[in-house]
This record gives sequence, C-alpha cells and structure tokens, in this order.
Amino acid sequence: MTSLQMPKVHNPTIESKEKIIADISKILNKANILADDVEIRPYETDALTAYRQKPLLVVLPETVDQVSKVLKYCNENKIKIVPRGAGTGLSGGSLPLADCILLSMGKFNKILEVDYDNRCVVAQPCVTNLSITHAVQDKNFYYAPDPSSQIACSIGGNVAENSGGVHSLKYGATTNNLLGIQVVLMDGTIAKFGGKTLDAEGYDFLGLMTGSEGLLGVITEVTVKILKTPENIKAALVGFPSVEDAGNCVSQIIAQGIIPAGMEIMDKALTKATNDFVKAGYPVEAEAMMIVELDGTQSEVSELIKKVETISKKNKCSSIKISNSKEERLKFWAGRKAAFPACGVLAPDYMCMDGSIPRGKLAEVLKEINRLSKKYDLPVANAFHAGDGNLHPLIMFDANDKESLEKTEKFGADILKYCVKVGGALTGEHGVGIEKRELMCEAFNDTDIRQQLNIKIALDPSSLLNPGKVYPILRKCAEEGRVHVHGGKTKFPDIPRF
Amino acid sequence: MSMEEKRNSLTFQGFNQSILKPSNEKDISEIVKSCFKKNIPLEIQGLGTKKKIGRNFQSEKTLDLSKNAGIIEYLPEELYIKVKSGTPIDLIKKELKKNNQELAFEPTDFGPLFCGSKNEGTIGGVVSCNFAGPRRFKVGSARDHILGFRGINGRGEIIKSGGTVVKNVTGYDLSKIASGSFGTLMVFSEISIKVLPIAESNKTLVIDNNDLKSSLDYLNKSLSSSSDPSGAVFYPKIFRDQFTLNDLTVLGSITAIRFEGSINSIDQRLNKLIKDLKLEDKKLDILAPDQSEIFWDETRSLKVFSNLNKNLFRIVVPPSETFDLLNNLSKYNIKYFVDWGGNLVWLQVDDINPKELRELRNVVKKFNGYLTIIKVSDDLKGLIDIFTINEIKYQITEKIKKSFDPKRILNPGKMYIGI
Repeated sequence: MTSLQMPKVHNPTIESKEKIIADISKILNKANILADDVEIRPYETDALTAYRQKPLLVVLPETVDQVSKVLKYCNENKIKIVPRGAGTGLSGGSLPLADCILLSMGKFNKILEVDYDNRCVVAQPCVTNLSITHAVQDKNFYYAPDPSSQIACSIGGNVAENSGGVHSLKYGATTNNLLGIQVVLMDGTIAKFGGKTLDAEGYDFLGLMTGSEGLLGVITEVTVKILKTPENIKAALVGFPSVEDAGNCVSQIIAQGIIPAGMEIMDKALTKATNDFVKAGYPVEAEAMMIVELDGTQSEVSELIKKVETISKKNKCSSIKISNSKEERLKFWAGRKAAFPACGVLAPDYMCMDGSIPRGKLAEVLKEINRLSKKYDLPVANAFHAGDGNLHPLIMFDANDKESLEKTEKFGADILKYCVKVGGALTGEHGVGIEKRELMCEAFNDTDIRQQLNIKIALDPSSLLNPGKVYPILRKCAEEGRVHVHGGKTKFPDIPRF
Repeated sequence: MSMEEKRNSLTFQGFNQSILKPSNEKDISEIVKSCFKKNIPLEIQGLGTKKKIGRNFQSEKTLDLSKNAGIIEYLPEELYIKVKSGTPIDLIKKELKKNNQELAFEPTDFGPLFCGSKNEGTIGGVVSCNFAGPRRFKVGSARDHILGFRGINGRGEIIKSGGTVVKNVTGYDLSKIASGSFGTLMVFSEISIKVLPIAESNKTLVIDNNDLKSSLDYLNKSLSSSSDPSGAVFYPKIFRDQFTLNDLTVLGSITAIRFEGSINSIDQRLNKLIKDLKLEDKKLDILAPDQSEIFWDETRSLKVFSNLNKNLFRIVVPPSETFDLLNNLSKYNIKYFVDWGGNLVWLQVDDINPKELRELRNVVKKFNGYLTIIKVSDDLKGLIDIFTINEIKYQITEKIKKSFDPKRILNPGKMYIGI
C-alpha cells in the first residue's frame, strides 16, 4: 500500500531506548515493558493492517497513576505516545511510530461498577463493548451502541472513535450514551469529565474527548448509560429487485415518521457472501436486501411492522420475512455482522470505506458505486447503515498486485468524492486516523483546521500524543494537497475541494 | 494594501454603536475581527431570555444576533433543519410542526421566569446554554441534537464543524464543546439540528402520593422499566394549585409520568407500569393528550416559578442520591420540584447568604451532583460563583478558552472569572 508521511523520527529517542526502559522501569513493573522484536510485533498494526510499524517500546500500565507518570515522563522528555485499546480500529488510529512508546491499555479490563439505580456501568477502557451488555443482561439491560466488532473492540476505543453501530439510528452513537470519563492528559493531569449525572456543568470536555482519536488524552475509565431491553423486538428481512428500490424504501420509512432501532441494506454481492458464510436465510436472488429492526411494546412493533410491509410493497419488494423468534432475528443479523469475514473469503484483501451521505441519496450513491465497480473492474460489496446514511463499501482486491491496489485506492477516492458531492461526510464512524488524514483538507479549510489544531496544542503543546493522526502533517491544506498530489503518495489525490 | 489587509480593514457599518445587530455571518465576522484588533469585549445576545443567567461582566458592546435569523434549509425527510443562529425557537417549532416534526430535546423556556411570559429565545441561545426539558433522560440534551454549525471564533475567523448528516466523526466534535459554553468560545452563525417526528399521541399518569421517597422511587423505577416513559416529574403539594387541568384530581403532590407513541402502545405501557409499580389500589389520574401536553409545557417553562423574585438554583444529581440530598437541604427555606425522573432538582431558596450558599453547594457536591445558579438577587450575584468548577477543570477550561478566544473578548467572565 502507498506509504504515508509520518512525523519525523527523532533518532536520539531511538538511541536512548535503554535509558528510557530504565526510567520507565521505575514507574512500571518490568514485565509490563515490552522491548524485544518478537514481543512488540503484535502491536505493529491495528485493523488497518496495510500499514505496519513497530514501536520503540510497548508499555502496559496497570493503574491510572502509572498512566499519568508515563505520560508525564514522556512529556518532559519529548517522547511520542501512541495509545491503543483492543487494536480493532479501521482507520489506523493506533498505528505506532518508530520512535514512540505504544501505551497499551490492555490491562485495564475490568468492569468496576454496575449501578442499576443510576442506570450506568463504570468500566475500565479495555473492557469490550459486548461485555458491558453481558454484565447487565440478566437484569434485562443493555448498552446500546453496537459496532460490528463489539465482541473484540474496547469501550475506551469506542469513546476515542465515537463508534456507532447498527442501532445508532435510534439510540445514538457513543457520545450520546456516555455519562463520564476519566482521562489522563499528556502532561500527566488526571481529569474527570461528567460522572453519573445527565449533562456535566461547564465546557463539554466529555463531548470534545469523544471521537478525538486519542489525540487529546488517554481514557482510563468510562461511565456509560445502560438501557432497559425493549420488551419486543422484531426484524424484517426484505428483498428488492434493485438497490434504488431499497434506498427509496429506507427514505420513505423515515419520512413517514418511523425511527426503527436499526435499518441496514446489503447489496446482492454481500447478501450472497454473508449468506454463504452463516446461512442466514437471506433472499440471495434479490439485488438488495434490507434488515429493519423495530422495538417497543407488542402492539407498537406489530403496527410498525405492518407499516414497513406496506412501504416495502410500494417499493416493489420481492420478498419479505418477519422474524418469529429471537433466534430467527439474531440469525437475520448474524449475516450482517459477519460481513467482513464473509468478504475475506471472496478476495485476498478488501478495503472498507466509511462514507456518510444524506439518506435520500442512497439509491443514487449505490448506483454510482456499481458503475465505478464496472469501470475499475473491481468487485465491491456494500453494507450500509441505511437509516443514518452511513455507507460501508468493501472493495475487494489483491494487495500483492500493485496495479490492483492502485485501482482500489482510486476507486475508494471516487466513492468518497461522490459522498462529499451529495452533501455527506468523509467518515461516519471509523474515524480519520491515518487513512483519511489527507482528506481533512477537503472537509475543512485552513482556518477550521487551525482552530482544531489550537485545541490540540492547548492540551498537548509539543504534539506528542498520537501525532501524525487525523490532521495533515503540514498545517497548510494547500501545501499538503500539493505535496501529496505531486509526490503521488496521497491515498485520494484527486478529490475536488468543496 | 494587500488583499488580506484590505479584508481586515473592513468594518461593520455602524460599528460605533454600542449595540451591534449584524444580519449575516460576514458582518458578525467583521465585528468580531474589529473587536479582536481593538480589544473590545463583547456581550453576545439573542433575544436576551437567558441574559441573566451567568456572572455579571464588563463589556463595551453588545453583539445582538436577533437579526441573523431565518431558516436556511429544512429537509423533513432527512430529519434536519439548518437555521441562522438568531432564529427564534418559536419560528423553528412552527415550521417543524407543518411536517409533524419537533426539536425532541424540548428546550427549557426561561421566558416566564425572567420575562413574565413565554419566550424560548433563539436557537443560538438554547444551544449555547444547553438546557434541555423533561425529555432529557430519553433523548439527550441540545448538544445531542446538533449536527453541525458555522460560527466565529474570538479572532473573528469563520469556523465550521460537523455537517448535516447524523453520522460524522470527521475531526474534533466542536458542536459539543460549543454547546453549553455560554458564548465564551465562539459566536454561532448557523446551526444544523437533528429533528424528529412528533409522537402520534401522549398521555400522563399521575399518582396520588405525598411521600417523597416513594414518589422518587416510582419515577426512578419507571425510567428503569421497559415502559419507555418520556417525562417523569414530582411536584410537592405546595405547587398543586398551580395546575388547573380537568383530568388532574389528585389533591396532594403530583407524581407524573408521560408516555408518548402510538395510542395502543401508550395504553399498553401505561397499564404495564401501573402493574409493575403495584399501583392498582392507588388513586391515579390519567391526563388525556391535550391536558398532558399543557402539563409538560408548563413543566418545561418552569411555570411554578413564573415571575419569581427569589433565588432559583438548578441541581443535577444522580437519581439514587436525590432523596438524601433533598433531606439534607430541608434546613434551608426551600421549595423545589424534581424533573428528569429524579436527575434534576429545581430549587427555590428564599433567603441565603454567600456562606450558606457555599455550604449548600458542598452538600450537593457530597451527593455527586452540581448546582448552577439560575436566578439570584443582584447584591448576592457579585459575591458568589454561578457555575461550579474544580481547579483541574478550570485550568483546562482556561486553555480551551484561549484556543478559541485568545484575547477574551467573547462574553468574558460570563461563566467564570478569567474565562
């Protein structure tokens, strides 16, 4: 994959490796400092595996105090820090740097408190998303945001990325389900934002930290809201003769005032791939398939399912199946949630895009993606959080074939170009990381970026915390564009400014 | 003169006035730029409905945004509306209603408290203060409904964040930090807000129960149930006569729980909650949709504190602590009602001195809550903190303020001394 410019390596730091180890050994148990090549190799990449870089060291603190001391030490000695949760991020947010200390939060893996009176769970950051629900489901509660990687991704990582999931249409993303966090800033300050109250007073640092991709602080504790599991949940599996019909159906459901718990679309390629993978009973002959989940009281769900059926029929649906049991409903979802592994079977590599578009443009964008797929002669499978306009095209290619890779990148660029053209955003939930860093200048002008960088500098004046992520290395957007376009090294060189 | 200098030399016509009323983003930017250059502190104002909330501070000019008003784009099927920051909430609500949509977070209406009649102010003011109404615990606050904005920072630069789509994690979420910053970080020029369909119907269950502990218990249990309420409030008996509704027959305190949705669903959930809370033998009222609407509108607009000439505080606290907190506050001369299912206490305190107020604040802190002064006598105002903050947060606040407004010209001192 094309290489990206990363912050300049500070050789004296690399040369001081032994001294740094000795210094950090005064803060952490020596067993929690990894320095051997073999030991640190697992940390060289996250789920954006095309980019790899071994860090100088990996440290695994066990207490907040240790995190604070490590950060303070690094701040004073101008050593870069890259925080890492479960390493499931798709935009390269925890890609190490050659001269960085990778701060793995892996040992912060305990649920600290389940508080039913205040309907919240206090957890350490490396608790997985799904374990929060597991901890409260016996009392019929759950944690609403459910990224597809929820079995593995960490709650701290969810906060850093502001993760969504299939249910964020009705229940919001992480930011809307978070009550409080404890963070350690680069200078070692331990701060608490929010708590168990709804809304905190003063500036909304909780909101600012959420989705800041590990650039502003290291999350050491998270308090999330839990919700009562709805009494009735039903899902409908609807097949359509074209993606346009499916897209129109989604728009009309929303336009009629129905906010389903989740509303997903997959195209024919992905429907078939996932059905082969988990035997979910999908309508494999349909050009597009929609899963709609509705929750509430029995009568409410029945009424809504009827309305969805009517709207689906108006939009020429070719098949419709309503779940009759929890097992069947979960089976409907099993395919969707296995979209990534299913694609892994189809091609040696795939690139997952993450554009966000106005719902009404869904049919138009999907049509364009299919046109581009033919143009580039690369297969694409589309998964789409249709209800909230978040598109995940999976472009299949072979990373060993240089030409295929270049074509894939161009294809990806064209898709994002189109998302932007129709009024959408560059990333809906995967974050910018290194993957879309160069595109920031397409979404924001110099002044916007400078304001965001001013916030970064206010909290981390030497830019030591996760540097090289989210914001272009060169501050001036024009410069960044020029350098990369001329250097031929940008991932998306030809997206127009808007 | 370079283009840059030429641009900077432009000033808003009528800049010499003490109240500046720009009608567009460019003019707002020019005004702030001039003030930045000349170190002129500005007071930012919409319709002035929340002007009295916050510290008194010195400003040379008022930046009145009421003329920067109007709907820019409304796409009901995309569930969003983009408006200029000075647009009155009333106008937005009327427009949304045409498509059976609403601002789900039900902004608190401070009109009756401060102005004697309903006045919800502007969208810019509502977002800047981030006070949400009774539906808060279900749908979030104003900050949860902002999709994006355009605004002017303290250097007079036009900045933007977010957009008009729901899912967007491109860059820092500045909509959040701007919400609730009381105009101390930037001036909104345009705001894109998520809108939602108005529920088909609504009803309110009122429980005749005078015991505070069990009332709070009912509210909290209702929030933990699958009956999915969208309002849960407790008014002590002292406020009973402030409500005149035909369906409201309870004589004592009011414990009210709202249900919204389709008609069948409301009845099902309501009956289930009655069963779950074992209320079958209790005297209950059910407010029909029209009366239920009035009741919650009066709650949202703090009707019981209309034209109040005493002190009013807003306490946000974890619901498990509310009962003990109120017990601990009973030594003061207080009147209160509890909203958000126990998460919010509106507290009237008739006479209090700065020392007692500090004590009271410490009591709230002990119960893991915080207290914001909403209304206070002018002589007391200069002697007390309006917002609560600790040392660490103050230091971070100072840094963030500087990153937006380095010369402290936007509402300087409105929230805290030195911010």
